[in-house]
Amino acid sequence: MDATISAAVSILFHGTAYAMILYIVSVGLSVTMGLMGFANLAHGVFAMAGGYVTVTLMNDYGVPFAASLLIACLVVGLASIVIERTLYARLYTASELEQVLFTIGLIFMAIAAAKFVWGPFAQRFAMPEALQGQIELGTRSFPAYRAFLIVVSIAIILGLWLGIERTNLGARIRAAVDNRRMAQSLGINTGRLFTLTFALGSALAALGGGLGAEILAINPSYAIEHLVYFLIVVSVGGLGSIRGPFFAALLLGIGDTACKYLVPEIGAFFIYAATMALLLWRPAGLFGRA
Amino acid sequence: MKHLKAWLGAAALMLAGTAAQADTIKVGLLFTLSGPGASLGDQMDKAVRLYIKQHEKELPPGTKIELIRRDETGPKPDVVKRLAQELITRDRVQVLAGFTYTPNAMATAPLATEAKVPMVVMNAGTSAIVRQSPYIVRTSFTMWQSGYPLGQWAAAQQGVKTGYTAVADYAPGHDIEQSFIKGFTEAGGEIIGSVRMPVFAQDYTPFLQRVKDAKPDVLCIFVPAGKQATAIVKAYNDLGMAEAGIRLIGPGDLTPDDELANMNELPEGVITTIHHYSAAGDRPANKAFVEAWQKEYGQDSVPGFLAVGAYDGMAAIFHAIKAQNGKWDPDRAMEMLKGWKHESPRGPMMIDPKTRDIVQNEYLRKLVRVNGKLANVEIETIPMVEDPWVKFNPPK
Repeated sequence: MDATISAAVSILFHGTAYAMILYIVSVGLSVTMGLMGFANLAHGVFAMAGGYVTVTLMNDYGVPFAASLLIACLVVGLASIVIERTLYARLYTASELEQVLFTIGLIFMAIAAAKFVWGPFAQRFAMPEALQGQIELGTRSFPAYRAFLIVVSIAIILGLWLGIERTNLGARIRAAVDNRRMAQSLGINTGRLFTLTFALGSALAALGGGLGAEILAINPSYAIEHLVYFLIVVSVGGLGSIRGPFFAALLLGIGDTACKYLVPEIGAFFIYAATMALLLWRPAGLFGRA
Repeated sequence: MKHLKAWLGAAALMLAGTAAQADTIKVGLLFTLSGPGASLGDQMDKAVRLYIKQHEKELPPGTKIELIRRDETGPKPDVVKRLAQELITRDRVQVLAGFTYTPNAMATAPLATEAKVPMVVMNAGTSAIVRQSPYIVRTSFTMWQSGYPLGQWAAAQQGVKTGYTAVADYAPGHDIEQSFIKGFTEAGGEIIGSVRMPVFAQDYTPFLQRVKDAKPDVLCIFVPAGKQATAIVKAYNDLGMAEAGIRLIGPGDLTPDDELANMNELPEGVITTIHHYSAAGDRPANKAFVEAWQKEYGQDSVPGFLAVGAYDGMAAIFHAIKAQNGKWDPDRAMEMLKGWKHESPRGPMMIDPKTRDIVQNEYLRKLVRVNGKLANVEIETIPMVEDPWVKFNPPK
């Protein structure tokens, strides 16, 4: 019995830590896709950029972890505004195929650029000492870094929910997702809203990239290596929702971990099988609207 | 018609040109230079360049060596087979060398046989590789050479009764699983579990948590060297498995010399490995090698076992060229390589004339700090180990 409980706790803990990273990186993608109807496959590029900025600041300039993360968010958020205005904005009315081709192209350019600047290898991530080792909770010990991931992510997620549900800006974003033309005719500047949301989503992705650098190693092909996972979280969760991807990430993170723990032989397949089953059951995703 | 004649003339001249350059030996190099395994190919590539820089003068007068480098892009048999085919048919290489991963070597073997192009395996370590073609020699290592003695050694340690294996789910991982279990159980240990993990898993924690909850005395891990090794060693550390009394052991792929800088937060002495090469090895040939390497590539760059496999692979090719006085005949080259003895940075090595596989010392190493940096310090030598796999799997 003890062994079963211990296994369940292990699975829940590690699954949640993994899910949190997936969620923070992907949620921006869900909102921008739902809001702008833009198939932005290059979303992972912003997470990768955040990761690179974070590890570079930490390794080469000795900036503390927390400060590096904040700077990474700011830098990537600002850069994404420029990219959105100069590149993305031109393709809002284009067909999905053109959007996909454009963003895939962006991924390849990002891979080449990252390789050029940082070389082909995965970046070294020196965790701050406070996050190394174990923390004791009751009779069990947990890896400190993962416990930290879960706590920080929950704080961010609560902040995000409050922001979307309780603030004026959140209300405008929800309105624009629900019905863009109606929102526009009520005097909401949807163009500026797009830019702002895009920057927020990118900054969150950057945060996820930096926070999760220990789990999803920062290397030039980051954006394409993890693309499938980000897309799965968004499509299973449902476009335009911030709640959907949360449950989708939890489901996939915990399910994936449980399979790797209990039946490692087929562990790698779980996430794909689950995605297919879920999408057959609810083609628009868990919380999506058909 | 006039044009055709001109073209034919040009073609004839070009052919004559190649004939005149018969003393240029073309070597096709296949390394993994991008993707998660990019650091592996980088080590091999640097070693080859260093060897040529140091030894080019020793070639017979008039003989030149031309390298044609291709990126395997990872353990990708389909890609590498195509690249090897192009190297053989289009570039007309006389030797193929490199092969970072087993599947790549396996896929190329039939081409080596068909085209009679000797193939020098500079890394891939699955035992069965050399049997795939009579034109293969190996200058790296076999998984059984370290896995089998590792199992025997582990079972003989005080307080060790139970063992667990966790390996990357492809041929070399299966070799380590089988060789370790054989050595371990023959010496009286009991295996309480085995897990096979994806070759490039993102996160090893769930797999290792399962091992931790099973509480074995010793855990034997194989994952490809490079960032995978760092990731799994960190997961072991994060989960507090050493504190839980689980000793970590493995072949040297677990603690590659060139990755140790990334594992710096590890406590000393928790990992023991058996392998054929350590940059910390206390031999004159090794000291000279590491010094030359760091002079060429900087004080922070450390050559690991991938570098040595490629360095000695070039030495083998040079030996075959010199022994034929600058000419290159594939069958003669193979004869020259069989039984070749060499004083390598890793210690003495020999190509077994029967199996064409490597015979070399294996060292028991502890991961400890030397001058503040982690190093695989050799504490025991098992002299001139032949591949144990051959003994248990005699040729049919």
